[in-house]
Amino acid sequence: MSDHEYTPSSKFGKWFNDRLPLLSLVNHLTDYPTPKNLNYWWTFGGILTFCLITQIVTGLVLAMHYIAHVDHAFSSVEHIMRDVNYGWLLRYVHANGASMFFLAVYIHIFRALFYGSYKAPREIIWIIGIIIYLLMMAAAFMGYVLPWGQMSFWGATVITNLFSAIPLVGESITTWLWGGYSVDNPTLTRFFTLHYLLPFLILGLVVLHIWALHVPGNNNPVGIDIKKPSKDTVPFHPYIVIKDAFALLMFLIIFAMFVFYSPNVLGHADNYIEANPLVTPAHIVPEWYLLPFYAILRSVPDKLMGVIAMLSAILILAALPWLDTSKIRSAVFRPLYKQFYWILVADVLILGYVGAMPAEGLYLLIARIGTIYYFAHFLIILPVLGLKEKTLPLPLSITEPVLGGSPNLAAARDKTEKIG
Amino acid sequence: MSDNNDKKKTERRDFLFTATAAAGAVGVGAAIWPVVDQMNPDASVKALASTEVDISSVQPGQSLTVLWRGKPVFIKRRTDQEIQQAREVSLGDLKHPEKDEDRVKKPEWLVMLGVCTHLGCVPLTDKGDYDGWFCPCHGSHYDTSGRIRKGPAPTNMEVPKYEFVNNNTIKIG
Repeated sequence: MSDHEYTPSSKFGKWFNDRLPLLSLVNHLTDYPTPKNLNYWWTFGGILTFCLITQIVTGLVLAMHYIAHVDHAFSSVEHIMRDVNYGWLLRYVHANGASMFFLAVYIHIFRALFYGSYKAPREIIWIIGIIIYLLMMAAAFMGYVLPWGQMSFWGATVITNLFSAIPLVGESITTWLWGGYSVDNPTLTRFFTLHYLLPFLILGLVVLHIWALHVPGNNNPVGIDIKKPSKDTVPFHPYIVIKDAFALLMFLIIFAMFVFYSPNVLGHADNYIEANPLVTPAHIVPEWYLLPFYAILRSVPDKLMGVIAMLSAILILAALPWLDTSKIRSAVFRPLYKQFYWILVADVLILGYVGAMPAEGLYLLIARIGTIYYFAHFLIILPVLGLKEKTLPLPLSITEPVLGGSPNLAAARDKTEKIG
Repeated sequence: MSDNNDKKKTERRDFLFTATAAAGAVGVGAAIWPVVDQMNPDASVKALASTEVDISSVQPGQSLTVLWRGKPVFIKRRTDQEIQQAREVSLGDLKHPEKDEDRVKKPEWLVMLGVCTHLGCVPLTDKGDYDGWFCPCHGSHYDTSGRIRKGPAPTNMEVPKYEFVNNNTIKIG
């Protein structure tokens, strides 16, 4: 992993490092050669690490005041909001932090889609990322159940009922998940336990995600392989550290705007009504970050097929490195892919919008078209595009387009002539 | 080693390996099962098996919702028109064919779990295209017998085990 031999300067440092090479690791992380052309879309990895740590720290202190019991959960959350010192702040940071976490992860994922960061040799980084994303959704869902409001209860009922679509064993699995015949106290206590566990699993996977990243190194906006270290790279510290820190600061402004000025705008008013198993709220919707998948679930008129479609919509991402047949990573050099990329972005946003609307009439029709297009993008457009598309010539290094103007055909020809 | 030895002959050692692995697998399974099974309904949950409901005050056309095993149960006293409506439907029009006669003990009283068979929401009474129930979550329509007519739900609303203790009391469970 280490690119060069490192020897600590102090005698104690050398003694320690020979026994546990922690200083070598720190040196690897600071000197780590990074492409010099990384833009701000690359700062979301750092932002996501910040989000995870924020959720763990605020979650830990909230757990000191929360009571996981159907008779006390709702009032203990109100107790946190009204009585606990800074409880309102900690809870609002935690609740909005989940939304910020997903906002950042979606930008992170769509950055990878645009610049082809999932392609060889980075497939494992990508797949670990998808697993992290799945665990994030599970953690967010179970966290949303804990305040035991109406949306908590009915969200939990709808999501756990997805498992009842499994033929033969579905009912038994649902009962097993509930620990009863409906969502009730046993469900709440186990969700709390798992909600506590999952962030630490995510943390472990983040370490693997970064480890796998440090083997081939970062992709970059040009998407070409670069020599490391070379004049195409800069050391991670201080160059990337300072850029990540600045981006994080900008991100925190938006984060703070939600926390301090509209802490409930991303939630649902219904969740301030205590859970009632006799009354379903008139309009059940999940949190915004799950809406596109919810739209896919509802667009299929069959229960089992709906659940399969929703799960496939996420799992298909794991197969993306093999579905995208193009050898060119960055959309900068793929004029057609670039257009389809933006259509996909629009498609996901539209699915998110109709996911929040009632499943009827025109909304249902749009959701169906959106769902078909979503799958067509991955299963038809990407495999065919990689074989048919006429891509632009790639520069030979990152430095070339910077010094020699934009990478166009003339420049490439010029280069070849010089070499020739 | 000669080439002949590469072709594996079953030896006593192979038997030991297989036997050890099998015993180990059984042991691991036995150790995991309690950890898995503890999540199933416990004795106290199972003990809450039945509820008795007084239905004397329910007028024709009205309905009652009671909680049984944490789930709502609809008890609807149907009007003659509603019963007729439910019985006129031909079985061929149903997604989950069931005769209304098989879903009730007394034609006037429809008792069923008030749980949508799609994803478990509580449908709204006297709503929907078939004058029965309508699920607000994902738009399933049920008729006056609680049978699924339109929407994503796969089956009719479930009829629990119940009995008439006397003319005014129903025991569910």
